[in-house]
Amino acid sequence: MASLVSCPHCGSRPKEEFTVKGAALKRPAPDAGQERWMDYVYLRDNPRGAYEEYWHHTSGCRRWLVVTRDTATHEIADSRDAALGVPETRA
Amino acid sequence: MRYSALSVFLNGLRGNKGWGAAWRSPQPKPHYDVVIVGGGGHGLATAYYLAKEFGITNVAVVEKGYIGSGNVGRNTTIIRSNYLLQGNNPFYELSMKLWEGLEQDFNFNAMVSQRGVVNLYHSDAQRDAYTRRGNAMRLHGVDADLLDREQVRAMLPFLDFDNARFPIQGGLMQKRGGTVRHDAVAWGYARGADMRGVDIIQDCEVTGIRRENGAVTGVETTKGFIGCGKLALAAAGNSSRVAAMADMKLPLESHVLQAFVSEGLKPFIDCVVTFGAGHFYCSQSDKGGLVFGGDIDGYNSYAQRGNLATVEHVAEAGKAMIPGLSRVRVLRSWGGIMDMSMDGSPIIDRTHIDNLYLNSGWCYGGFKATPASGFCFAHLIARNTPQETATAFRLDRFARGFMLDEKGQGAQPNLH
Repeated sequence: MASLVSCPHCGSRPKEEFTVKGAALKRPAPDAGQERWMDYVYLRDNPRGAYEEYWHHTSGCRRWLVVTRDTATHEIADSRDAALGVPETRA
Repeated sequence: MRYSALSVFLNGLRGNKGWGAAWRSPQPKPHYDVVIVGGGGHGLATAYYLAKEFGITNVAVVEKGYIGSGNVGRNTTIIRSNYLLQGNNPFYELSMKLWEGLEQDFNFNAMVSQRGVVNLYHSDAQRDAYTRRGNAMRLHGVDADLLDREQVRAMLPFLDFDNARFPIQGGLMQKRGGTVRHDAVAWGYARGADMRGVDIIQDCEVTGIRRENGAVTGVETTKGFIGCGKLALAAAGNSSRVAAMADMKLPLESHVLQAFVSEGLKPFIDCVVTFGAGHFYCSQSDKGGLVFGGDIDGYNSYAQRGNLATVEHVAEAGKAMIPGLSRVRVLRSWGGIMDMSMDGSPIIDRTHIDNLYLNSGWCYGGFKATPASGFCFAHLIARNTPQETATAFRLDRFARGFMLDEKGQGAQPNLH
């Protein structure tokens, strides 16, 4: 894991300030159907490589972020505010 | 060659030049009845029991690294069967019974040591929860003893009983729990399987799963195509990647768990002891090193290494429990990739493809389950029906609402 995580609001901050939630997935519509919801709640791509995750800057600005991180090298490629949404491809 | 006191003596007389390799290094044959992907503890145990108990010997175990390079050599060697839930407890107790007879069974010294496992409790509520768990264990015929503060103090006087934040009130003990030399488990199963005709193919990574008419016909590997009648996946932390080759998306995330060993010390911990107020578990190896670990790092990872924030966290928990650890130097730490499932329990099941079988989701409880996992997976592969203690480990339990969530955490794999 990289020792520093870049926060779009606070800049480069120590990893210990952050809490990881997990996969950044697009929440389905309430009436999306059982199969879609099953997929959202329980199934994961779990790739070896680039992955988008929700991280909370718990000891900083307290904003939720979407961090793009490599699960094999632990390098962080990008981070942005979660309010900007997650791409449709991650649904 | 069968190992015995006599064989050790006779080989000693001949300068120990008579020992052969414990298993062969064969080239893959074009076709096997069963191919097992993953030469870890579970894959090797599956091959062993397939050959020994179910008479299926035309089997290959395909391993991308070398035997013992994965989680079977990266754990804290603890065995126990102190589970609460009905779907889990009989399975782990089957595992414990297999551990108890394992060395005679596979003729290999795995250093099975039933030195006892003590889970400490620090509050009235935790005592009640442990009482409940102990009662559930006893109802399943598993040994459990609730110890009070003085009984724990007699065993482990160096614990921080009067810790201001987490005073120790007592512990739940399973006397039959303990430790096993983890590498020897891999070697013993590998040797036992090889002896019965199983081909163990190391340095051979699976790159694809070939299918025709909705059935698996074999695997593409770095050593060429290997055909099979049945394909069994036991790829632990890489389960999602292998399953993706058969267009499956699993209820798993891969996470890194670190373990540690200290410098050698004189004997002072003669059991396995776990902290109830944080995640920390510790035992002392026969060489004297303290073997300990804590929680997973918390983020998805395929790297077999963790980060220092978790090292600090584990050390803090350890020191809160055993203040004397503060001056102990850590020799090594290492990481293993855990197949964390959505409810913290494993999967041993058939799949949507008729001749494809799945064994995964062991979270960080895989080592203790090795014998039963191998036995039950072999049962499933040979007979197409689950072994009676492994009927709850279904792949579709998430869709049906039959979760096996020991911790009650919900679908949050990094919290299990």
